[in-house]
This record gives sequence, C-alpha cells and structure tokens, in this order.
Amino acid sequence: MIAAITSLLLLGTCLGLILGYASRYLKVESDPLADEIEAMLPGSQCGQCGFPGCSPAAIAIASNEAPITLCSPGGRSLAEQLAAKLGIEVDLSDLEDSLPMLASVQEETCIGCTRCFKVCPTDAIMGGPKQIHTVFNSACIGCKACIEVCPTECLQMHNIKETLTTWHWPKPALAA
Amino acid sequence: MKLFRFRGGVHPVAHKQSTGCKAINTMPVPKHLYVPVQQHIGAPAEPMVNIGQSVLRGELLAYSQGALSAPVHAPSSGTVIDISEHTAPHPSGLPVRTIIIETDGEDKWCSTQTAQNPFTLDSDEISARVGAAGIVGLGGATFPSAVKLNMGKQYPIHTLVINGGECEPYLTCDDRLMQEQASAIVDGIRIMLHALHTQKALVAIEDNKPEAIEAMKIASNLFDSVEVITVPSRYPMGSEKQMIQTLTGMEIPAGKRSADIGIIVHNVGTAYAVHQAIRHGFPLLSRIVTIGGGAVKNPQNLEVRLGTLVSEVFAYCDGFVETPKRILMGGPMMGQVLPSQDVPIVKGSSGVIALTSREIAISENRPCISCGSCVEACPCGLLPLAMAARARKGEFDAAVDFGLMDCISCGSCSYVCPSHIPLVQYFNYAKGELAARRRDQIKNEATRKLAEQRNIRMQRIEQEKAEMAAKRRAMQEAKEKAKQEAAS
Repeated sequence: MIAAITSLLLLGTCLGLILGYASRYLKVESDPLADEIEAMLPGSQCGQCGFPGCSPAAIAIASNEAPITLCSPGGRSLAEQLAAKLGIEVDLSDLEDSLPMLASVQEETCIGCTRCFKVCPTDAIMGGPKQIHTVFNSACIGCKACIEVCPTECLQMHNIKETLTTWHWPKPALAA
Repeated sequence: MKLFRFRGGVHPVAHKQSTGCKAINTMPVPKHLYVPVQQHIGAPAEPMVNIGQSVLRGELLAYSQGALSAPVHAPSSGTVIDISEHTAPHPSGLPVRTIIIETDGEDKWCSTQTAQNPFTLDSDEISARVGAAGIVGLGGATFPSAVKLNMGKQYPIHTLVINGGECEPYLTCDDRLMQEQASAIVDGIRIMLHALHTQKALVAIEDNKPEAIEAMKIASNLFDSVEVITVPSRYPMGSEKQMIQTLTGMEIPAGKRSADIGIIVHNVGTAYAVHQAIRHGFPLLSRIVTIGGGAVKNPQNLEVRLGTLVSEVFAYCDGFVETPKRILMGGPMMGQVLPSQDVPIVKGSSGVIALTSREIAISENRPCISCGSCVEACPCGLLPLAMAARARKGEFDAAVDFGLMDCISCGSCSYVCPSHIPLVQYFNYAKGELAARRRDQIKNEATRKLAEQRNIRMQRIEQEKAEMAAKRRAMQEAKEKAKQEAAS
C-alpha cells in the first residue's frame, strides 16, 4: 500500500518536474497557430481586412482578436477551414451578403497611367504607359487596391456573373 | 444468363403506353434553329462561322475545344443570323452562347465522309470520326462518346454494355428507336466493339419493352458478339452503376469509373448515332425526343433537329389540352425543370414532358419521422435521411462522410419519402456548394502563388536597384579619385 503510493507519488513528481522544465527551456518563440493560419490565408497582402498584411491578420485571428470571416478574398471556404482549425462554430450565413467582386477597366476613360497594375497584389492587371489596361478576371481577387489609385475612376467593381458552370441548386425551402 | 439484383430502387408508374405504341414521326425543319455551343459535358465549342454566312446541313458551326468537348454542326442549311446569348435548356434560366440559323427550307447537305467497311478502320480513326461528328452520350448525360471509345487504350475493356433500360417514366424514345432501327443499332454496336477491341456486347433492355427486345434479338441473331439481355423493370435500372451490377454482379468502387472494372456503357441512341456517323458520315444533327405528359394533346416520339424550340415542338403535337403546370426536359425522376418553352432541343434532350397539376401532386413536406423508407429505396446503399440532415445544417463534409459523392441523384429517396422531404434536392444543393467551395479553394491557391511570385519579383527589382545604385556610386567614386589623382 505505502510502496504503491510512494512510487506513484515519485513518478508524478518526476514527470511533473520534467514537464515544467521542458515548457520553460523548450519554449517556441512564435505562436505556431499563427504560422499555420498565415499559411492558410491567400498571402496577397491586399489589406482588405484592415490589417497591414496577412501575417498580422493571422496573429490577430490566432489570438481571437479578429473574426475568422475577415478575409474576403478567401471567402466562405477559408472561413470554414479556419473554423475547423480553431475548433469554433461560426454562423456563416451572413457572409453571403458580401459577394466577391471583380474589378474591370472602362476603356473610354483609361488613360494608361500604369498606377493600377503597380499596386495589384496578384498581377491581375496588364497594361503599358498610355495604353488601355485590362483586368484578368481569373486572377482578380476584388481587393479594390486599384480603385483607390485610379485617377479617372475608370476602374469599377462589379459582381461576378453567374454562369451555367457556377450555378447550382439553392437550398430547398422547408415548411417544417 | 444469370442476373444479379441491385439493392433498393422503386417502381414508379410507367406512363409509357401513350407514346410507346406510335411510330416515330419526323418533325419538319423549323424556320429558326437555336444551336447552343455547349450541349455536352466539358468545354464549350468555339464558333467558327460569321453572322451572315450561309451554311449547309452538317457543316461545322463550332469546333471542339480541348480533350473533353464536342463540336456542333448545322442541323439544316440556311444563314447564320446571329451568335448571341439565348436562354439555355437548364433550370437556372441563364443564357448560353447560341448560334441562330435561319433555315432556307432546302436542307442541302454538305459533302460527307463515308466508310464502306468500317471494320478496316483502326480504332483511333473511328473515335476521331465519332468525335468529329459531335456524338455525346444520348441517354442524357452528354459525355463525349469519343472519350469513352478511347478508354479502350487505357483500360482493358472486356464488356461493352448497351443501355436500353430506359427506366424513367414517360420516356419511350429508346424503345421506339430499338423497334424501328434495330439493325442500325446493332451495326453501331459492332463498330464500337471494333473500336474498343472488345469481343462481347450486352444489350440490356427492361422487360416492359417486349417489342424492342424481339426486334433487337432478330437484328443481333447473326452476330455472336452481341447478346440481348432482358432485365427486370425497376428504377433506376438505366443508371450505369445499377445496370452493371444487374448484369455482372460487380460494383464500381467509390470514386472510380466503370472502365476501372473493364466495362464501358453506351446508350442505344449513341450506338445508332455512331452507325450514322461512320457508315453514312452524318454528324449528330437530330435526335429522337419523347413529347409526353398529360398536358400534351398528341403525345408521340419525334425526330427533331437540334436547335428546334420546345414551343414549336409542342405546337407540332397540336398544343396542350390544358395549361401545363410544369415542363421538364428528361424524365420526371431526374429531368430538369425548364424555365420557359423558349429553349432549344439539345443533344441531351431525351424527352420534353408537360405535366398537369394532377400529375405533379405537390404536397407540403413534413418533418422526418425516421421511418427508413429512403434507406430501403436507395440503390447505392446510402443513408439519405442522415445526409439530408447534414446538408440542411450546412455540414457538407459530414454529408460527404455519409457518402454524398456516391449518390447518383436518382430521386428514389424523394419518391418514397412519406413526409415529402425534398431529399435529392438537398443532395444537389450540397454537391453544388461543395463544387463552389472547390473552385474557391483553387482560386485561393492560385492567388497565393501569384502573390508569392510578385513578392519575389519585387524583392529582385529592389535588389537590382540597390546593386545598380552601389555600382553607380562606385563608378562615381572611382571617377572622382581619378580626377583627384590627375589634379594632384
């Protein structure tokens, strides 16, 4: 009886001490969770979330200071991945309101100033000096960085058009 | 031959008698044809005609783009009057790029390439000609047939199954085609066997089509390679997975194709189209369409040119006896609701069904009582009630864990549900959401790559600038030094 208690007590104390020291001496400097979250974010540093880049945003998400729905280029799928990662439940139904948008150049007013493609985080705008610029829809993340620098307001945001390939059945309405 | 039983399934009322006993009529060419460039699974075809150009019957209008695509041909001779967006035969009512032809009534053919003896052609040539003829799976799935014929190279195919199941209620187009064109179908089957390097073809026909079975047996009598098999009538017998299970007892593993177990399935209509394309050089310009449903005055099977408007097809059948409550393209179990009658007949239109309000019998849905009827009816052995509950809560990954991706959307579960829960609609919604999410993820990955590349480029430019500046400074200094030295 006494032998059992003593041995378990000793074992507990030793393991506790080892764990205690390990937590002090083998401590990881940066938050690994923030790193993992940063790897999940688009990494375009577009700044739509209000943070100066993806890394500060990831730190804020990891420390629970920012909502996981903050990244609009990442959209619903990213928010869900983050929810799964952090083990929290989030109501994503109101995320539908902020539909992703695309930028487009209106040819009549573009003066070819080259300002927009210099700020585009994903190289989605092509053009040269004094030539009409154009936006690659497949690369545009709708961050609006180009809108702010355009001197003639020829860059406009518009909703992504639904096509036969992107359309799918809506959720059935249920009476009960 | 010993047959096997697939689990589940339902027995909907067939409603086939009103059209099944009438011979196929040919509908005259209408004044305008609306030919969408996307009538198949895969990339849309790219138009290669100009507005105002006159085209002959069978002339190529749009060429196929990429490996998974199909070309589109002019169903009749006339003039291209517009290439614009027109409502697609799709429940969304969204537009699709459409080539509009004003026909001249002459129906003049362009020159065609025929083969006296197709069995001297090699398999690449046959699949190339089938692809060039724009043939896609005419059972409704519209998968490009040439791609399937090419699978003989990647997989050892031991059996070609010809699907004459036609288990959907109302539809009798395959039934009539087998009765009237049996020898042409058998010829098409033999050409496909030759292309696939396969020795055996099984033509599976449901036992509610005795005339078709008889006609096909007589036509295939001379050939040992083609065997006609009578299978029991049970929905969804015409589904590829269930048909293979019935004939061979083998199940296609989850996420795999029928070719993985050495079987290729083609529809009887496709076999007929292959015969037309290889023997006569005719591209796919028309198809047999069942015009049915209680609202149609004179229901029948029609050979319709692709691009004919649904409204004109109904007008040819003497219009309606009463205003239809719902118009479907395809059968009532898996067909798609049409947003309007102003949409064209396309390659996948096996039927156009105008249903009366009595035939639809809309009833309000009630909560699930966990009776398990849907579990018994599911031919794939899934738990529809569990999947629907997950889909409703938006837990799509959980629904996938319950086998959502193995669901064939046959609608058997919705059909038997005593609470009238729209189960299959939930699964279509969940599948659509998952597909949208996959697209988002692909875009996110592409964005990350683009941003990374841009960052690397920016760093390089910065570095180069710094190097240039350093170099310039060094040169300046050297110059000044030289000047100083010269001065001293």
